[in-house]
Amino acid sequence: MSPMETAGVEPADFLAERDFGGRDREALLSELSRVLPRGALLVSPEDARPYECDGLTAYRQLPLAVALPDSEDQVRAILRICASLDVPVVARGAGTSLSGGAMPHKDGVVLSLARLRSILALDPLARTARVQPGVRNLAISEAAAAHGLYYAPDPSSQIACTIGGNVAENSGGVHCLKYGLTVHNVLRVRAITIEGEALEIGSEAPDAPGYDLAALINGSEGMLAVITEITVRLTPKPLTAKVVLAAFDDVVHAGDAVAAVIAAGIIPAGMEMMDQPATRAVEPFVHAGYPLDAKALLLAESDGTPEEVEEEIGRIREVMAANGATGIRVSRDEAERLRFWSGRKAAFPAVGRISPDYYCMDGTIPRKRLAEMLTAIATLEGKYGLRCCNVFHAGDGNLHPLILYDANAAGELERAEEFGGEILELSVEYGGTITGEHGVGIEKIGQMCSQFSRQELAMFHRVKAAFDPRGLLNPGKAIPTLNRCVEFGRLHVHKGGVPHPELPRF
Amino acid sequence: MQTNLADFIRDTPEGREADGILRKCVHCGFCTATCPTYQLLGDELDGPRGRIYLIKEMLEGVAVSGRTRLHLDRCLTCRSCETTCPSGVQYARLVDIGRAVVDRLRPRPAADRLRRALLKESLPRPALFGAALALGQAFRPILPGALAAQVPRTSGRGTWPQPRHARRMIVPAGCVQPALAPDINAAAARVLDRLGISLIEVPRAGCCGALRFHLGDQEGGRRDARTMIDAWWPYLSQGVEAIVMTASGCGAFVREYDHLLERDSRYAEKAKRIASLVRDVSEVVAAGEARLAECAQRSKPAPLRLAFHSPCSLQHGQKLRGVVEPLLVATGCELTPVADAHLCCGSAGTYSILQPEIAGRLREAKLAALGAGAPEAIATANIGCLAHLQAGTATRVRHWIEVIDERLD
Ligand SMILES: Cc1cc2nc3c(=O)[nH]c(=O)nc-3n(C[C@H](O)[C@H](O)[C@H](O)COP(=O)(O)OP(=O)(O)OC[C@H]3O[C@@H](n4cnc5c(N)ncnc54)[C@H](O)[C@@H]3O)c2cc1C
Ligand code: SF4
Ligand code: SF4
Repeated sequence: MSPMETAGVEPADFLAERDFGGRDREALLSELSRVLPRGALLVSPEDARPYECDGLTAYRQLPLAVALPDSEDQVRAILRICASLDVPVVARGAGTSLSGGAMPHKDGVVLSLARLRSILALDPLARTARVQPGVRNLAISEAAAAHGLYYAPDPSSQIACTIGGNVAENSGGVHCLKYGLTVHNVLRVRAITIEGEALEIGSEAPDAPGYDLAALINGSEGMLAVITEITVRLTPKPLTAKVVLAAFDDVVHAGDAVAAVIAAGIIPAGMEMMDQPATRAVEPFVHAGYPLDAKALLLAESDGTPEEVEEEIGRIREVMAANGATGIRVSRDEAERLRFWSGRKAAFPAVGRISPDYYCMDGTIPRKRLAEMLTAIATLEGKYGLRCCNVFHAGDGNLHPLILYDANAAGELERAEEFGGEILELSVEYGGTITGEHGVGIEKIGQMCSQFSRQELAMFHRVKAAFDPRGLLNPGKAIPTLNRCVEFGRLHVHKGGVPHPELPRF
Repeated sequence: MQTNLADFIRDTPEGREADGILRKCVHCGFCTATCPTYQLLGDELDGPRGRIYLIKEMLEGVAVSGRTRLHLDRCLTCRSCETTCPSGVQYARLVDIGRAVVDRLRPRPAADRLRRALLKESLPRPALFGAALALGQAFRPILPGALAAQVPRTSGRGTWPQPRHARRMIVPAGCVQPALAPDINAAAARVLDRLGISLIEVPRAGCCGALRFHLGDQEGGRRDARTMIDAWWPYLSQGVEAIVMTASGCGAFVREYDHLLERDSRYAEKAKRIASLVRDVSEVVAAGEARLAECAQRSKPAPLRLAFHSPCSLQHGQKLRGVVEPLLVATGCELTPVADAHLCCGSAGTYSILQPEIAGRLREAKLAALGAGAPEAIATANIGCLAHLQAGTATRVRHWIEVIDERLD
């Protein structure tokens, strides 16, 4: 295909990112201030800078302004203004993304949904809750607790992250092995397009006519529309839940045990792994009583009726023992069960105790290759001269290697990035993907080029264009433009030769 | 997080301490979830992570306006964020440094300075403060309605048991507390007496330093601390086991005298010793819980439905969680459930005076949570919270030690 023909089928901004410079800043700010309450528009760098990054601090960008609406009407008005002035918009929930998804655009507005935080309705009979996007994940479960219900997907960041951000990232959590990702627990989403129109996706009824766009909006990373209302499914609290804590003197044995549990036909409610450095970092905070001499810990939960749980826990113990567990404990009560998990959930930030910075990876691999991957990571630690803690959603084969580095030491961030890049490429090579649940954001955009072909990327851009033809929502994230892939030197190259000679080089 | 502190601060003791704290923060945002002001205002700048960022920027030499100070002023210093932070970020120490620097770089407007000066000169002076309360009017402009008018004065101080036990501890008379609730220390003395400990009150020596320190006069706070140490020191050689604090706000501050005076060559050692002897009264009572339960059994107190509000200075500042509650239960109280028990009531030292709007909203939310289980009374552990909460409710608010004292014969 010649470049001309390509342009015909590929969206206009597929080749290169648009330049949003030179917009009328004065007009933008004066229009925004007309629709927002006092104090809800941050313009000075002093005020805007704390918004320059999310949970991934290595990538930072000062925005033009930050808007803090407190109603859907204001959200709509902001979007209309930005559309009319051709200004990019980056939605933001709690800013806990680990892929830079909420990192601002330099010529754009950060649209914070943090003030839209009401639980609008909670129906214990239908087991649903209708909430605004800024409601914290855990706040939903807290509100539902009185009815014996909870919201099942539990990202480790659940104390802080918003449900809007969860939908945008299609977040998972330690219990997603059994209860599914966000997409499996969201019934309906209401979102506003860049033109200010409301979209209703899904319905509170079990099935609805028309295309099911739920899978599209879940994981859309703020690229398609701004989510303003969500109806989630609530799950009855299991009668009992217990967690097995198994210690191993070798990470490879732990990896094998994970595969063996699943191979034995057991689907634990959650199955997680932590290696020794991670365990040691977190124990002083949670006092969970983790065995600190173990090279790796596995946490596997069983829930259901007391009989089911007893039986399943017994089987899990057997498999663990058969795979070389050196010590096995079962939570004795609910408080201990929560303590066992809280260590796992606090693991990333607890790493801050042993290293000033960490770079969290998010690849997935087939479970049976866990042990192989762990060995490879250990070799890479030597190669890059950086330590790596491993925290995994082991049951899903979702890896979270935390590469430890010191941003104040010259060259360490770059080494950490290369280290991470190699892990991700290994993931793809092992038959996995570059992101399990943290999204692509800005961070993994280069690796998208190795995961997908040009045709697939073009398709993504066409879907985006159907919602947001001018590419104003979160530009530069999640789906790479072709020139970016070339810049990264990571595009699938078929039959050799210089890929895409038509594109400008940097 | 990456840091690059500016020359003006990098090689100072504060600069080094701040840098160490900043580098521990990994910007995960967990702390925003339990920050009262972030939950209320929904702006990163009014949450711990944003405040940390503002401080970082300032220490890195970026020009600041009064806006950075505003967001630091809005912080309650409740330290809920510290409880939540898995990385162990010592936020309160960082914000103390940040506040001192912003005051230097951007001095407050005169009116603001005056208001703070009046507060810090009047509140810590028992005589002056007591008189102001009695007169009611004179200090109206600077005293919150809560303190000036609505606090029911207790009928005075009950009996103080004669020191008869070999085990002895001291309790400072306090500054604000004797005027507002003179019986708290006496109640503590009566309860401890039953547990075999004689409590001796150290005559008024002023404020522990918390008020001045948190009003921006950090040097004044240190001066107060030295005065306290001088007043308490002679008792230590008389076999006193501990320094008991009945106001958790003061306790949280005194417990950190060692850090406060670590660079004071004359006082550093003494401060360390004093800090190591400080106990909240709940710790002392908890150590004698079995005896307490026996006493309660003998006196068979009537059932009492009680809501307990754990002050931030107790649960976050001193990290004493779940210590008071079992003591109340041991004396036959039924504790009603309280949602969001980790959140501040808005009192926060002089915060209720300086940030009345936010403090009022926090109080409203706290009283609603405390009232949810229809308690007959509310118990707390700090005089500031007590007065602040009482001003917003008809339900009686008391120090828990008074409640327990009444339930023993
Ligand atoms: C310590 C730690 C642990 C974590 N553990 C997990 C985990 O176990 N599992 C997991 O899946 N993730 C995890 N994460 C990542 C992160 O918490 C999730 O991606 C979360 O869903 C992000 O939510 P947020 O509200 O912080 O969104 P933000 O970070 O603010 O935004 C994330 C993305 O969503 C978009 N967005 C946000 N709100 C909206 C909206 N209303 N409409 C449209 N787009 C929107 C943003 O533009 C951005 O692209 C973790 C993060 C941290 C820091
Ligand atoms: S919880 Fe701790 S590490 Fe995380 S942002 Fe807050 S202060 Fe920083
Ligand atoms: S001390 Fe309290 S108010 Fe201040 S940032 Fe921390 S949690 Fe928020």
